[in-house]
Amino acid sequence: MCGICGCGQTNTTAKLKPVLGQRQHLLKHDHSHNDNHSERLVKVEQDLLSKNNAYAAQNRTYFQQHHIFTLNLVSSPGAGKTTLLVETIKVLKDRFPIAVIEGDQQTERDADRIRATGVPALQINTGRACHLDAHGTGHAVMELGVKDYSLLAIENVGNLVCPSSFDLGEAHKVVVLSVTEGDDKPIKYPDMFHAADLMIINKTDLLPYVDFDEARCIQYARQVNPDIQIIQLSATKGDNFSAWTDWLVENLSPQ
Amino acid sequence: MHELSLLENVRGILEDHALKQNFRRVTKVTLEIGKLSCVEPEALRFGFDVVMKDSLAENAELIIAELAGLGVCRQCQQQIEMETLYDPCGYCGSSLVTVIQGSEMRIKDLIVI
Repeated sequence: MCGICGCGQTNTTAKLKPVLGQRQHLLKHDHSHNDNHSERLVKVEQDLLSKNNAYAAQNRTYFQQHHIFTLNLVSSPGAGKTTLLVETIKVLKDRFPIAVIEGDQQTERDADRIRATGVPALQINTGRACHLDAHGTGHAVMELGVKDYSLLAIENVGNLVCPSSFDLGEAHKVVVLSVTEGDDKPIKYPDMFHAADLMIINKTDLLPYVDFDEARCIQYARQVNPDIQIIQLSATKGDNFSAWTDWLVENLSPQ
Repeated sequence: MHELSLLENVRGILEDHALKQNFRRVTKVTLEIGKLSCVEPEALRFGFDVVMKDSLAENAELIIAELAGLGVCRQCQQQIEMETLYDPCGYCGSSLVTVIQGSEMRIKDLIVI
């Protein structure tokens, strides 16, 4: 076998070796590279997401070095992520710097809503993609110039499937589920609830009007992820909102 | 359809390995996909030819080996086979089960020229 490119031409190498040596063979290389090469097995054993995971690891290191506490907010469209963020910013913006990265397939609408609160926001339009990835997130962090000791909220594309696989380098994934969506979402979309550290049940003010069993929802979520933390609140009415802001302050302070 | 993004990652990994391991064409790709991963093998098969077109793996054969889902019950410590992420323990009925296998999505090996 050719010792240089691994092709199957045993005799050539053997013949050339004593006369010309390896280097000469490299220069002359008198066999064709276009055909007749035998197939060989190459071991890869690499995660499909290894590239994304490498970027995520870089982001995570950057966040740690700059004491940036990063959350990746995920939900189906319309669960109330942006409203949750707007209300959170109102309560906490005087206590520490906050920055937001908004992911949507199209439009600047969500970033505009965040900017209206006075904190910097950058919109990533993913176009056809249904999730943010770690590479784009890293660029967004640089472009946004996130301050040290910030809370960085990344609002992912509204989608309960795809964003679950793509680590962005965040400290925690937070899944938001609104009571208008149905209490069986955790078992319908188990990957997301399995990947999240915290589930927020939002729009609890609407419970009297919808057929949503909170206890059943929590049971389903724990079935998928026994360690998931759960906070029930209404972002628009403010019910139990302090449980969420307390959680943030508590998790931010060790940074 | 994040399967398309995943397949673009596969193509990138193949290109990296082609440089490192000196090959120019891939004729077969074997993936290991865990039963509890969020990937639909049929969607991977559907997108594979499209994403690999005009690449070093154009017309390559795709083999998907499925890995079973396995978990350990936190209550009774038994190992159980899992079909979904929310399967309760088959021995004691507890829902506190930690997944130990089945979330994998990886490229196992390639046949190259």
